[in-house]
Amino acid sequence: MYSKELSSKKRDEFEDILEERRLSSDLRYAMKCYTPVIYKGLSPCKPNAIKSAVLQSEQVQYVIKQLAKEMGESPDVIQEEATEILDEMGHRMQLGAVRFFAFTLSKIFKQLFQRVCVNEEGMQRLQHAIQEHPVVLLPSHRSYVDFLMLSYLLYTYDLALPVIAAGIDFLGMKIVGELLRRAGAFFMRRSFGGNRLYWAVFAEYVKTMLRSGYAPIEFFIEGTRSRTAKTLTPKFGLLSIVMEPFFKREVFDTYFVPISISYERILEESLYAHELLGVPKPKESTSGLLKARRILSDNFGTIHIYVGQPVSLRTLASGRINRCPYNLVPRHLPQKPSEDIQEFVSDVAYKMELLQIENMVLSPWVLVAAVLLQNFPAMEFELLIEKTLWLKGLTQTFGGFIEWPDNLCAKKAVLSDLTLHSNIARLVNGHVVLNDKGVEDGPVGEIIFRHALAVLMCATYRNQLLNIFVRPALVAVALQMTHSFRKEEVYSCFSFLRDVFSDEFIFFPGISLKDFEEGCFLLTKCDAIQTSQQEICPTDKGSGTVSFLSAMFRPFVEGYQLIFRYLSKEMKEAFTEKQFIPGVRNFVFQLLEKGSTQCYEALSSDMQKNALSALVQLGAVKKKKMSNGFTYNVNQEAVSKILDMFDARILVWKPVAARL
Amino acid sequence: MRGNGLKLHLERFRLDIRENFFTETAVRHLNCLPTEVVGSPSLKVFRKRLDVALSVLVYLACCGKRQELLKWNGWGYNDSKFIFNKKGQAEFTGKRYRLGGMVLPTFKEWIEKTFGASLEHKTTSRASLNVNDVPPSIVNEEFLQDLRATKISYSQDAEDRVFRAHGHCLHEIFVLREGMFKRIPDIVVWPVCHEDVVKIVELACKHNLCIIPFGGGTSVSSALECPEEEKRTIISLDTSQMNRILWIDEKNLTACVEAGIVGQDLEKQLAESGFCTGHEPDSMEFSSLGGWVATRASGMKKNIYGNIEDLVIHVKMVTPRGIVEKNCQVPRMSTGPDIHHFIMGSEGILGVVTEVTIKIRPVPEYQKYGSVVFPNFERGVACLREVAKILRALFALIRLFLSFAKGHALKPQVASIFTSFLDGLKKFYITKFKGFDPNILCVATLLFEGDREKVLQHEKQVYDIATKFGGLAAGEDNGQRGYMLTFVIAYLRDLGLDYYVIGESFETSVPWDRVLDLCRNVKERIVRECKEKGVQFAPLSTCRVTQTYDAGACVYFYFAFNYRGISDPIHVYEQIERAAREEILANGGSLSHHHGVGKLRKRWMKESISDVGLGMLRSVKEYVDPNNIFGNKNLL
Repeated sequence: MYSKELSSKKRDEFEDILEERRLSSDLRYAMKCYTPVIYKGLSPCKPNAIKSAVLQSEQVQYVIKQLAKEMGESPDVIQEEATEILDEMGHRMQLGAVRFFAFTLSKIFKQLFQRVCVNEEGMQRLQHAIQEHPVVLLPSHRSYVDFLMLSYLLYTYDLALPVIAAGIDFLGMKIVGELLRRAGAFFMRRSFGGNRLYWAVFAEYVKTMLRSGYAPIEFFIEGTRSRTAKTLTPKFGLLSIVMEPFFKREVFDTYFVPISISYERILEESLYAHELLGVPKPKESTSGLLKARRILSDNFGTIHIYVGQPVSLRTLASGRINRCPYNLVPRHLPQKPSEDIQEFVSDVAYKMELLQIENMVLSPWVLVAAVLLQNFPAMEFELLIEKTLWLKGLTQTFGGFIEWPDNLCAKKAVLSDLTLHSNIARLVNGHVVLNDKGVEDGPVGEIIFRHALAVLMCATYRNQLLNIFVRPALVAVALQMTHSFRKEEVYSCFSFLRDVFSDEFIFFPGISLKDFEEGCFLLTKCDAIQTSQQEICPTDKGSGTVSFLSAMFRPFVEGYQLIFRYLSKEMKEAFTEKQFIPGVRNFVFQLLEKGSTQCYEALSSDMQKNALSALVQLGAVKKKKMSNGFTYNVNQEAVSKILDMFDARILVWKPVAARL
Repeated sequence: MRGNGLKLHLERFRLDIRENFFTETAVRHLNCLPTEVVGSPSLKVFRKRLDVALSVLVYLACCGKRQELLKWNGWGYNDSKFIFNKKGQAEFTGKRYRLGGMVLPTFKEWIEKTFGASLEHKTTSRASLNVNDVPPSIVNEEFLQDLRATKISYSQDAEDRVFRAHGHCLHEIFVLREGMFKRIPDIVVWPVCHEDVVKIVELACKHNLCIIPFGGGTSVSSALECPEEEKRTIISLDTSQMNRILWIDEKNLTACVEAGIVGQDLEKQLAESGFCTGHEPDSMEFSSLGGWVATRASGMKKNIYGNIEDLVIHVKMVTPRGIVEKNCQVPRMSTGPDIHHFIMGSEGILGVVTEVTIKIRPVPEYQKYGSVVFPNFERGVACLREVAKILRALFALIRLFLSFAKGHALKPQVASIFTSFLDGLKKFYITKFKGFDPNILCVATLLFEGDREKVLQHEKQVYDIATKFGGLAAGEDNGQRGYMLTFVIAYLRDLGLDYYVIGESFETSVPWDRVLDLCRNVKERIVRECKEKGVQFAPLSTCRVTQTYDAGACVYFYFAFNYRGISDPIHVYEQIERAAREEILANGGSLSHHHGVGKLRKRWMKESISDVGLGMLRSVKEYVDPNNIFGNKNLL
């Protein structure tokens, strides 16, 4: 699954697309002759023609008839409903709106960002792909800027604008929602699992656009913006919809293009931190957007967009799909995907996310943040530079994709990053300190909240490293936890951690041993450990690396322990997620007040949710669907057993693979 | 019977049509004889000369040397082939086919353009069989003694054995041209009746020998290839001498026929009594009744007459276990699973079909061709689907060619300036006025049969439907040309082989709703596989819909490429064909519509009929032929 020669991987060069924008007229650019390359088999059609094709399709008509029969309604009523759904959902891409966006976005992007860097070779590959087969764009999702930027990018390169699956909450934004729609966005409800009509109409809409090669389809495999900059575990619904035309051979092939968008400074960073601490997310509204314009005066550094190699679905599926089920049922009937299809979809989803991670550009600030978080409250500037440089080497060994600003010495690079992120950290008397302004006086709670905000914001940047570090680092953590050099025990512990953190980090399903070997390989590569048939020993030279790595993941280990402890002690009754989050937050808050923990990250609702869902997967918490959502029941014994694993009181996690 | 005036009339009418339109008429058989027979001044004279000619043909067939009329290393008759004449123009030789002797002015350009082939790059086949290369015939003396005692004629001659060692797959022809088969039959026997076959099978069981039945030799599934590892003596049982019509039952409209009769002879002889079977596979000039039964053959006029399984009333088969047959000759019976269905499609692994009772029909009063041009393949398929839905069995044949290009390339120079003028007008009309793009337009050819009034009525109905789908009637001539091409197209491969172009056709059946997707995907797969496998020239990858059913269609693919620069073209070709078959299966197509499985497509049998299904067939084989006397290793 993972390539062994990570660091030697050749990557494309970047090109700044804003550079030209700063030199020539935005208006002319917006009004330029726009004749995008299109899919070879495309018969051009209007958005409305697509809508009526969807309504008249056998698939939708079948579901309409079924529902009419079941509910005793006339099909016309349901057809009407379907039309409404489609109107709510459908895009109305218009060149005028696209040009309007091209103009305003040029202005805004130039204000906000220093550079927007794109790998041109990726764009060329994409251009070929679009002509050859239907294309699905799978960008990472860190900010609302993502899809605006991507459409802007495709327009700049004279490529067909994608139709984008966006959350329906955008529709709440007057004018903007409509503008987005005209720029090619289509809207989906956040959850519609139960609504068969919605599902049928939505799925058919997406598939019709895909089959006809109307435009590239774009959606976020993570489902929502990651508030933590860690890649979220994938969602499978849309992915399986866009795969279906290939499974049914309605198209010859489909290309998936993983796109990694990384921000030197994320527009929503402070918003996210507030949200994670339980300050509710503001509803998307146009006035909110207008208020947000003050950020226009701020500087958000550089964006790197890496358009990955298009991946052929046909190649991925070769030899994996039993074609019989699709041949024995008429193709328009809704069909629950078989188990092997579900597994395949999940594998592809993880593979795409791992590709996103692999090509995600890391800025020097990411390294600085990782070092700073281990050295708060203050750190000597010179030491910071030294450590950052060391971490840069380590990251590259692990296959991280670092873009160091052109010819900048380490000192200057770190300084410029500190300037960019002055809201998080600043330089005071040769020391770098966390910027938690207004902390000195005020109630204890306020101080902790302020501090937590700064820590979480800082963590957002460190987190970008974790995606790449997780395999070697968990080996390091396992080494420290087990106090043993026996490979078998270390693997057992690694595999335990991998299971516990399965929602926290992205692991390809079912290859625990391979992940372990990959981790060991990377640690050996940076001289941190030596391995033999039976044993893993940290080298003298490498003890620094091992302890740095385990310190890097300590917030997660400690955070999970806190959360598990809360669950095993405080939660005797059934509870809902709405009860759980504030409960555990208070619990951690009190511990922080008492000073009995320093783990501010445990306040993050993201971590809390992940920990809960890990327990559900491990069977230590039962999740039940009730009329008003899900409720949870804790199996105290199982949770304390897991806690014991953390304290290394039990050393065998599960039967260890015989090969070790 | 000849005294019946009406019948004579019918027959004469039919012959008239055939002389002008059909390629597979008796006329061809005369072409190895003095030409004045063909150029008969009147129908009466023609008929007389025909009778003479027929007797000669019968003689030739009787001495078991039919191969002398046929190419030893390619398709069809010796005297019929495509060549480039001294002027560098393509020409079809011989007088058997309507295309014979005509110059095809656009053909050279087409072949050069399509394949990047050039007349300068030529490969030549060995001129004749090198007898020294042929594996020796190993037959034990005891068996030979027993065989002689039966008085059944046999041969151990190398040419006879090689001729029966293969069908017409590309790799088989390639071997003939450039190499030699590793294993061929050791002896050829010519039984003349059912009893002879019984004797041969008994002897084979007694001496534990392997029998491979041989009919017309037109297999395209490697079914006739001898398994290399077969150590026993292989007997090729050639049924060609069992070619009599045993009786005709006019009351029940059935005929009992020996299984070795070749399609065109069957039709010709039935026609003498005013009947026909209406079963016309594309190979009917050469393939045999027994072969049709053994492979589940399909005829192009199946809409009216049905496929072989609809035509067969009774089958007699000799197996190592004994003779399998039914107790009566009835249209239908409910006596458990139909044992005919173990026989039909058994591909020679169970026994030899010796006699078949088959349905017959009076020769139709009237035939009419037609053709429709569609702006593109999609519209054409939609129209065919509609026609199949509404008119079902009312027309004999409807076929859809993907592109005009090929048919057009084979269009002969028309003698009459007037006709070409009209044609030119029509082409102009189609391509300019109607906005059809000549590169993607496709043509459907039609054939109607029956009484004149109904034919005209059905014709109108079809054209009305076609109009709804943007179709444009394109005349009888185009329809005839399509029909003629069916028989001539098979000769093209031999020409290609001379110029580094190898190719083959293969078929499938598919539900209507998947026809377009399947065609597109398979063609695309072929193009991609060629690219991946290092084929340096763009391949020809095209398809046509050749048969329509209520629930789906039969689709034919033509695939050929220029192999200059490839060291092992046959291997590359086979890999690509396999990939194409994978693609067909993935698109919901069948393993085969009528070519059969043979050894070429065995690997997909389990997927096609499930483990249990395969087990059912195996257990039948085990019971009927426990010692694997019929050891051609097909199917299972």
